[in-house]
Amino acid sequence: MKISKRTFYKMSLTLGVVFMTTVSCERDLSDDAVLAGFSKTGEIYTDTFVSMGSDFYLPFAGSKPDAFSVDSQVGYQSNSSIRIDVPNAVDPTGNYAGAIFRVDGAGRDLSGFNALTFWVKASRGVSVDAFGFGQDFFGDKYQVTANNVNVGTNWSKVIIPIPDPSKLVEERGAFWYAMGTQGTGGSGYIVWMDDIKFENLATVAQPRPAISNGEDASTSSFIGVNLKVTGLIQTFNLASGLEQVITVAPSYYDFTASDPSVAAVDPFGNIAVSAAGTSVITATLAGNDAAGSLTINSQGNFQLPPAPTRDPNNVISIFSDAYTNVPVDYYNGFWLPGSSTGSADFSVNGDNILNYTNFNYVGTQTSNPLVDASSMTMVHFDLYIPGPVPNNFDFLISIEDWGPNGVDNGGDDSRQQIFVRRNQVVADTWVSIDAPLTLVNRDNIGLIIYENINFSSLRNFYLDNVYYYN
Amino acid sequence: MNLTLQMIHTKFILRLGIFVASVMLTLSCSPDDKQQVTTKNNLVWQDEFNIDGAPDPLIWGADIGNGEAEGIPGWGNEERQYYTDRPENVVVENGVLKITALKESFQGADYTSARILTKGKYQKKYGRFEARIKLPWGQGLWPAFWLLGDDNNGAQSWPQIGEIDIMEYRGQEPTIVHGSMHGPGYSGGQAITKQYDLVTDRLDTNFHVYGIEWGPGYVNYYIDDVLYNQITPDDVTGNWVFDDNEFYIIMNVAVGGTFVGAPGLNTVYPQTMHVDYVRVYE
Repeated sequence: MKISKRTFYKMSLTLGVVFMTTVSCERDLSDDAVLAGFSKTGEIYTDTFVSMGSDFYLPFAGSKPDAFSVDSQVGYQSNSSIRIDVPNAVDPTGNYAGAIFRVDGAGRDLSGFNALTFWVKASRGVSVDAFGFGQDFFGDKYQVTANNVNVGTNWSKVIIPIPDPSKLVEERGAFWYAMGTQGTGGSGYIVWMDDIKFENLATVAQPRPAISNGEDASTSSFIGVNLKVTGLIQTFNLASGLEQVITVAPSYYDFTASDPSVAAVDPFGNIAVSAAGTSVITATLAGNDAAGSLTINSQGNFQLPPAPTRDPNNVISIFSDAYTNVPVDYYNGFWLPGSSTGSADFSVNGDNILNYTNFNYVGTQTSNPLVDASSMTMVHFDLYIPGPVPNNFDFLISIEDWGPNGVDNGGDDSRQQIFVRRNQVVADTWVSIDAPLTLVNRDNIGLIIYENINFSSLRNFYLDNVYYYN
Repeated sequence: MNLTLQMIHTKFILRLGIFVASVMLTLSCSPDDKQQVTTKNNLVWQDEFNIDGAPDPLIWGADIGNGEAEGIPGWGNEERQYYTDRPENVVVENGVLKITALKESFQGADYTSARILTKGKYQKKYGRFEARIKLPWGQGLWPAFWLLGDDNNGAQSWPQIGEIDIMEYRGQEPTIVHGSMHGPGYSGGQAITKQYDLVTDRLDTNFHVYGIEWGPGYVNYYIDDVLYNQITPDDVTGNWVFDDNEFYIIMNVAVGGTFVGAPGLNTVYPQTMHVDYVRVYE
């Protein structure tokens, strides 16, 4: 659809030039010869919404739906701003605030700008989880995110650069935000935003794109594996000297695979491994070489874990393609500052595999709702360690019940430990771990934690088929 | 043309006050006022950096080391770099002088860079000194285009010899240029100085012209077409030492130091100061 539209414009441009050339000795140029295009409006909210249409505010699932309002007393050099009331963590109608502002109508041509800017302040100093643009709920093709933005109690200006403005010729995802209370001990707060607009600032400079967070990463892989290029970031230097890091959607990049017959990469950063060998993924963004790379070392055919055969009626599945999984908050909470564990999850012929990288500890959280495993007697894990198993391998799985109050660290938690020792695992082989559930209270299970113990230097492993059963 | 001149004059009135504006109005009848903020238009010395290779040895010498040999380790400012004259640190290429700071272990230092100077090769009192420069960037980078007074074969020492800093800049403040004068009673942290913030443009993404116009009892500082300061004997807190000696030109990139602070952990290297030309007018 988009392609055919573009083709049409090209054709009309060509025809228009031919036409004008032919008749130029008789007529002046008329307005009719102007190439059609999308609105070049940069303003989103400047004391009032600008050309956003009526149905532009679309909250994220689980966010407090009425967090957003227009404040008619407070504004940046005005008396009007967007006000977000971030709810307390225990608010039953939603425990965070987040939404996209999507143009209700045709997209905008933002190619003449190089940054989204706005003024912001809050009722208390806070690090806002995310601001950005390019999220439209239609694939979020050109999404850009600035994470952990410091907002104080006085107005300050936030500048979020556009990685490659030439891509944004028809963009509806004008603005988005997500604000929680992890950093405020669960207490809600207010954020005001004003003069939200796209601008062209000569002071936004020194673009430095990166993949794999700028590292030369490598991963073991196999025929049939599908994985993604991750760590897509770009750093800009702003007039203040601030090094602004943004997270960038893959569609801004041009990816290259050194050996596509081993591992090819598509424009969305999806890598498909199809033969044994090595392929190095690199990228450019708007003509600048991206720092970092991803080397795929394909070992050939992959060995899938044994397919689970237990009756689904006797299983509560946390992660398996053989069963319907219960709701899971996350498989990696990226717990800062202590956890270094990354995720490089992949799938092989439809079987999704969790892959933890740079591992020290990591957790899977099941708090919405908590898992009631009171009718279950066993727990199962399939574990695979690619490459050599460290001699000091020592691995602990903890299952944590959050007790009758259902709150993590609420004073009534209980925990079961399952130790996996060096002699239980074999390199490059799936190992099934089946352990009895010894937790007395196991009707409010909120966490499964995996960790290295006794200085174990395990850094990389795969996990599949995590479930409780009887 | 008339309109443009009129607008420029309006700017001057705002920036410099009626006195300077009326001077400019008087001079504006001259049709070839290319650099309107200046009155000295007779080009008497230049290096356009048109020959590839090392800087012209008839014009430029180089300081080598970390200042220890001169008795001022860290060049008197706790700077971190070791100066060399290797092409990695200083070279003329494609019509541009490049002074490049590198992060490398070298002779006990963590950084290398270069500092070239016209001492004993070209020295002059008074004139319009200007250079067209694109600056490096990042926390801890400290490039400079400056003049030092002749020391009469060591008979005089800093700050008595005088120092005119035409351009200084902190890599972490990419929109701000500093112009300063050091002399007896007003040196180091007590220098007579003023900064100018471009606000809407940067110094590391494009070339800008940095200059002074220096005459008896005054030094005017400008960047591009903006005259942003004038320093006279009334402004300094000591003797005015700029009407006696000849001065020579220095161009360098320091890494770290009292003026700029420690280099940042994430500062990107190499960092290069690009100089299109240096010219002196009378």
